[in-house]
Amino acid sequence: MPEDRTIAPPAMIEVDALTKRFGELTAVDEVSFTVDAGEIFGFLGPNGAGKTTTIKILATLMAPTSGRASIAGFDVKRKPLRVRESIGLVFQDNSLDDRLTAFENLYIHALLYDLPRAVFAKRAEELLRLVDLYDRRNGLIRTFSGGMRRRLEIARGLLHHPKVFFLDEPTLGLDPQTRNAIWQHVRALRTETGATVFMTTHYLDEAENCNRIAIIDHGRIVALGTPDELKRRVGGDVLVVVSPHQASLAVAVAERYGVEVQQTKEDLRFEVEHGPSFVPRLTGDFPGDIASVSVHRPTLDDVFLKLTGHAIREETTSPMDQVRANVRAMRRRS
Amino acid sequence: MIGRRVAKGIYAIWYRETKRFLRDRSRWLGLILQPLLYLMLVGYGISASMSFRQAPTGMHVNYVTFMYPGIIGMSVLFMSIFSAVGMIWDREFGFLKEVLVAPVPRWAVAVGKALGITTIVVVQTAMLLLMAPLAHLPLGLAMAAQTLAVGALTGFVLGCLGIVIASRMSTMESFQLVMNVLTMPMFFLSGALYPLRGLPHWLSVLAHIDPLTYGVDALRNAVYGQGEAARALVQYPLSVDVAVLAVMAVVFALLGAMLFERQE
Repeated sequence: MPEDRTIAPPAMIEVDALTKRFGELTAVDEVSFTVDAGEIFGFLGPNGAGKTTTIKILATLMAPTSGRASIAGFDVKRKPLRVRESIGLVFQDNSLDDRLTAFENLYIHALLYDLPRAVFAKRAEELLRLVDLYDRRNGLIRTFSGGMRRRLEIARGLLHHPKVFFLDEPTLGLDPQTRNAIWQHVRALRTETGATVFMTTHYLDEAENCNRIAIIDHGRIVALGTPDELKRRVGGDVLVVVSPHQASLAVAVAERYGVEVQQTKEDLRFEVEHGPSFVPRLTGDFPGDIASVSVHRPTLDDVFLKLTGHAIREETTSPMDQVRANVRAMRRRS
Repeated sequence: MIGRRVAKGIYAIWYRETKRFLRDRSRWLGLILQPLLYLMLVGYGISASMSFRQAPTGMHVNYVTFMYPGIIGMSVLFMSIFSAVGMIWDREFGFLKEVLVAPVPRWAVAVGKALGITTIVVVQTAMLLLMAPLAHLPLGLAMAAQTLAVGALTGFVLGCLGIVIASRMSTMESFQLVMNVLTMPMFFLSGALYPLRGLPHWLSVLAHIDPLTYGVDALRNAVYGQGEAARALVQYPLSVDVAVLAVMAVVFALLGAMLFERQE
């Protein structure tokens, strides 16, 4: 299989039937995909879906149980050092040394990636200016806010001009305003360096920034395509109905209109061809059962609910829970 | 190419280790205060209230003079184990990941860490040497040079041992365990506070496998210089101490590098 790929330009990331098991648990289950040079590719899924495990395998931090993966043409198992040269990462949780300054953290990175001193000085200044931290370059990291730290980590991850840039939940735990700013920086830096971007997120609006998205749930890719392609999988408009007797209404609606009804904690949802004109019919058919109705164009949220049967938001956990889960996983391995 | 990468990687980790140390004022304070407290309160207290039976017959050796190299050894022990075990913290809360995904062989990271610890220990030993007059010992150039060299070797051995331990541990709770089960017994069994004579057999066996025993003995050799009465309190010739420490350095360094290489 790899032979006929030598003619076409190789993909930046190639993943084939990648699997990772921790004892009984299959964290990543036969995952396959490719990412082309220059793409922004996103893994969308709830926590525990296998996103971070996939990144760890691609970044050579963890060996896969089976399957193969390569970055920029280098196999992650056989050429780990070449893979590490080709990638930059921003982790889910802070990986800066908070007793050092912003500049010192960048300097250590430059040493680890063998950047010549002159190149480092020039790029460090450029990147620090791009992420608005140049004035704070000599400030200790422990005095930085979460958003500032994340901006610095993004700048650091791109300091050595990686071919592939990994962002693992880059905006987790940040407020919406900071999240927007982070995204502006990611886009600007990407344009600047031309890196291929692989990111994971459980924020649906963030996934809209990607050229292509893989929706991942329980370790498997359930759908893969551009955001528009995925949204087209939901036919027409989405009706969101809040009802005092949700369960019985769900059954009645499904029977009456022959539609598939998804239930979440707060509401029930179904798709119809033309939403606005359907509302009067619905309220006429079920008087007294409906507290409110809203109509919207399909979002990735609807796609996720339709494909997996559960809403992505219901499974979110705090970053600290994630840390604890990671620690538990680490103990299991050792 | 790979040679330069390794060298720069080692330097990066060394730079980080020493920079952190230089900036940490509480560590500086602890570094001076703890040995001073031991020397003044424990040393002077004991020498004032008890006679030093182990002193060679017919010679007067002050207990504080005996204890002083032991206190240097103690400081070296705590500093190197603490610094190495900081790796557990790095792993749980961040920085280690940045290092593990870098295109530098992991053993080079372990070497950088060990050399960083060694450097800190040399600075520490130099500061402790200034307390020599408090232990009725003259400061000399040859004596200082020897003490620094021996301190560095001991720091390297204990730093590598700390890296070996830290590579096998994942949580901060285990850190307390290390301190209680390993570091404190290593300190007490090393002969830092009392001469290792007339011990029960099993204790004497443990004392002989304690790296700090040779570290403290080497420090005594260096600090007392030649012809001093206290020389009678030294266990082995300096060459034996250094040889044992050198073997331990190689073994722990290899083991540490190997374990570091394997972690995820």
